[in-house]
Amino acid sequence: MLKFALRRLALLVPVLFGLSVLLFAWVRALPGDPARSLLGERATPEGIARVNASYGFDQPLLQQYLIYVKALLQGDFGDSIKTGQPVLTTFFERFPATIELATTALLFAIVVGVPLGYLAARNQGRFLDTAVVSGSLLGVATPVFFLAILLKLVFADWLGLLPTALRQDARMDATHITNFYVLDGLLTREWDAAFNAMVHLVLPAVALGTIPLAIIVRITRASVAEVLHEDYVRTAESKGLSRRIVSRRHVLRNALLPVVTTIGLQAGLLLSGAVLTESVFAFNGIGSYLFQAISQRDFPVLQGFIIFIAITYSLINLLVDLAYGVIDPRVRVS
Amino acid sequence: MRSTQKSTRAGLVGLAAAALILTSCAESERDGDAGDGGDGASGGTFVFAGSAEPVTLDPFFASDGESFRVARQIFEGLVGTEPGTADPAPLLATEWETGEDGLSYTFDLREDVTFHDGTAFDAEAVCSNFDRWYNMPESAQTDDLTYYYAALFRGFATGDRADSAIYDSCTADDELTATINLKEPFAGFISALSLPAFSMQSPSALEEFQDDGATNPKNSAYSTEHPTGTGPFMLDAWNRGQDVTLARYDDYWGDPAIVDEAVVVAIEDPKARADALRAGEIDGFDLVGPADIAPLEEEGFQIVNRDPFNVLYLGMNQQQKPLDDPQVRQAIAHALNIPEIISASMPEGTQPAIEFIPDSVMGYTDDVQTYEFDPELAKQMLADAGADGATIEFNYPTGVSRPYMPQPEDTFNVIRSQLEAVGLKIKPTADQWSPDYLEKIQGTSKHGLHLLGWTGDYNDTDNFLGVFFGAKSSEWGFDNPEIFDALREARGLPTPEEQEPLYEEINRLVMDYLPGVPLAHPVPSLAFGPDVSGYQQSPVQDEVWNVVSVG
Repeated sequence: MLKFALRRLALLVPVLFGLSVLLFAWVRALPGDPARSLLGERATPEGIARVNASYGFDQPLLQQYLIYVKALLQGDFGDSIKTGQPVLTTFFERFPATIELATTALLFAIVVGVPLGYLAARNQGRFLDTAVVSGSLLGVATPVFFLAILLKLVFADWLGLLPTALRQDARMDATHITNFYVLDGLLTREWDAAFNAMVHLVLPAVALGTIPLAIIVRITRASVAEVLHEDYVRTAESKGLSRRIVSRRHVLRNALLPVVTTIGLQAGLLLSGAVLTESVFAFNGIGSYLFQAISQRDFPVLQGFIIFIAITYSLINLLVDLAYGVIDPRVRVS
Repeated sequence: MRSTQKSTRAGLVGLAAAALILTSCAESERDGDAGDGGDGASGGTFVFAGSAEPVTLDPFFASDGESFRVARQIFEGLVGTEPGTADPAPLLATEWETGEDGLSYTFDLREDVTFHDGTAFDAEAVCSNFDRWYNMPESAQTDDLTYYYAALFRGFATGDRADSAIYDSCTADDELTATINLKEPFAGFISALSLPAFSMQSPSALEEFQDDGATNPKNSAYSTEHPTGTGPFMLDAWNRGQDVTLARYDDYWGDPAIVDEAVVVAIEDPKARADALRAGEIDGFDLVGPADIAPLEEEGFQIVNRDPFNVLYLGMNQQQKPLDDPQVRQAIAHALNIPEIISASMPEGTQPAIEFIPDSVMGYTDDVQTYEFDPELAKQMLADAGADGATIEFNYPTGVSRPYMPQPEDTFNVIRSQLEAVGLKIKPTADQWSPDYLEKIQGTSKHGLHLLGWTGDYNDTDNFLGVFFGAKSSEWGFDNPEIFDALREARGLPTPEEQEPLYEEINRLVMDYLPGVPLAHPVPSLAFGPDVSGYQQSPVQDEVWNVVSVG
C-alpha cells in the first residue's frame, strides 16, 4: 500500500507541472491587468506602466513563466499583488477556516446522509423512502447560494438563533494557535470560544453540506438497495443471522464502496463550493479570498491557491483510494 | 481505533446538536457584551464592518478606504478636517502660516503629544516624516505603494520624477515649530495634508520595524504589527482574515475614546453586513446597500448619511460618433430627467448635479450652463444634427456598488428609456466592474456613453476636475487645450483664494463644452445598532471613533 501511495504521490509532479502551465496561461488570458484593478478609478497610463514594471509584467510571457517556475521550484509562490503578503502565508492563514468548514459540512453530509440513504433503501416504496428521495432531489437542485440566503433568513433573521457572518464573535478575546478556531478553543480550554466558533460553523456548513448530503443519500440508497437483492444477503438472512449483523457485515460493507468514492469526490467539490458559501457568510477562508483574487487579477494568489487546492484534491482522492482497501479486502488483494 | 472514531463522531454530532440548542444562550451573552466593561455609555467594544480587510497599517503605503479607516483611529496628521465637513482644520498642528510666495508653511505644533510608543511628537518628528516620504527608495515609487505622495508632491528625491518634485525641505525651528519649504506653490497643500497617507508616524517605531526599501513595505513588521501614531486607539492585534482590534490609548492628548476597544471586521457583501448587524454581531457598518436602507430603519436601526463628496456622471466618448458633435451631447443632456433617475436608482437625500464637483468644493458656482429636461428640444436638436435614430453604445458596470453609483444597472435602465424616448437607439454593453469595465472605459476607446464617477479624497478642486479633464484621455476622447491649460494654470496658483475664480470659470467652460452630463451626488450611508451613539460622519470619511459609545 505504501508503494501504491508513493507512486500516486509521484504522479502529482507531472500533474502539477501541467497545471502550472495551464494556470499561468489562463490567468494571463483574463482581460484586464492587476495594476488596473489595484489602482481603480485612480489609474493613469503611467501609473499602470510603473506598477506592471515593478511586478515584471512588462517582460515577455516566456520569461515571466520561467521566473515563476524557478521561484516555484524553490518553494516561493510569490507575494500577493494586493497585500504584499507571501501567497504561502496567506494560504495557510486562511486554509484552516476552509478545512474547518468543509470538514463540518462533510461530516454533516455523511452523518445524516448515510443513515438516511440506508433507511430509505430498507423501506423502499414506503413514505420514508419517497420523502428521502424527493428531499434529496430538492437538495441536489438547490443552488448553494440560494440555500445560504434562505438559511440566513430563517435561522438568523426570523428566529434569531444563529450568527450569519464571520468565524467567531468579534467581541470575543480568543487565543488563536492553529487558526482552527474550534480546535484552538479546545486546546486553550477557552470553552466559550470553541463553542462560539462551532455555532458560527452551523449555517455555512449546512449550506455547503446540503448538496453532498443529497448526493450521498441517493448513492447510499441505490447501493444498499442493490446489495439487498444479492444472493449472499438472502443466504445470510435465511441462515438466521440477525438483521443488525446482516446489515453491518454484509449489506453496509459491500454497499459502502461507491459511497466512499462519492464522498471523496464530494470532499474535493466542497472546496469549490466554499467559494460561494464563504462569501455569503463572510467566512474568511480560501474560497472568499480566491473570489476576490479573481476580480483583482491577483495572479500570484490565483496561481498559488489553485495549485494548493489541486494538491489537496489529489491527496483526498489518494485517501479515498486507500480507504477502498480498508473497506474491501478484495481491492487490497488485487 | 474504530471505537475512537465512533466516539469522536458521536461527540461531534452531540456538539452540533448542543450548538443548535444553546445558540440562544450565546445570543443573549452577546447582547450583554455591548454594554460590558464600563458604566453606562462608557467602555465596551465597538465592532464595525467594512467591505474588505485593510491592505496595510502603514498609511503612507495605502490608498484604499479600508486601510485609511483603521489608520484614522491610530494616526493623526498635522491637519484634520472640521467635523462633518471636508474643510481643513487644526489637528497635530494648532495653526499654520503660509509664506507670501506660497513656498513655505510654518506649523505650530500641539504640546504634550506622544506617540503610542512614548516617543515625543515634536518638530523633529514632523521633519523626519516629511523627509522619509521624499526620500522613498525607487522600489517604493510605484502607484500601488505611494500613489498619494507621488500624485500630490509630484515626485521624490530620486527616480524619474525627481525634477518635478515640489518638496524641498523641512526645518525644525524649535521644538514645536516646523517649517516645510516647497519648490513650487501648491495651493492644495494644507487640504492634502488631511489625507491619512500623510499621517505623522513615530520615527523611532519606523526605524525599528519598518523597511521602506523592502520588496513589500506594506507587509513589514511595522505595517502589520507595530503601526505607531498619536491617535485615540493603538493597534492591539491584526488577526488576518478575521479582524483588526484596536485598544484605547490612555495617554491620548484629546478626548479619550469612550469604548475600551474597537474591532474592525471585513464583510465583503453589503447584504451580509446588514444581516450581521441584525444578528448583533457588529455594531455598525459602512456602504449600506440602497435596498437595505428602508428595511433597516423600519427595524429600528440607525442610518447615518454622509454628506456627499462625490459625483456620478454620464460620460460621452468623443471618439465614437455622433458623440463628437456638441449638438448631440446637448440633446442627450436635454433628454435626461435627472430627478427621475435619482428617485429610481439612488438613495433618499441624493442631490442632482449641475457640474462635476459637489457644492462643498471650492470653485463651485451656480452660474453654469444647465440643460433642462426637454425631450422635444432634444429630438429637434438630434434631427438638426442628423443624428435622429442614431445607434449609440452605452456601457455600464455590473456587480458593483460604489458610493457615487449605488445601483448602476438601475441607473442605466432609466437613462436608456429616456434616451430611447427621444429616438436614439441604445446598444447596451455590460461588463464586470473590476478590472474589465474600468479597463474598457479608462484604458481604451471602445466605449460610448458610460456611467462613472469619483469620490473626492480631500477638499481640492483639482482632485475632481483635474482628475477628469486634466489631459487628453481614453475615457473622454477629446482634445480641448483651453480646458487643459486652464486647469494647469489653476493648479499652479499659490493660494485657494487666487484659484477660486479660475475654477469657477473652468466649471463654466466645462459645462458649455459638455464632455458628459453630471448626474448626481448620491448620499453614502452607514448603519448602526440602536445602542450606538456619537458617530460623527464625514464627507471625506475622516471618522474617528473616540466619540462613539455603545450601550
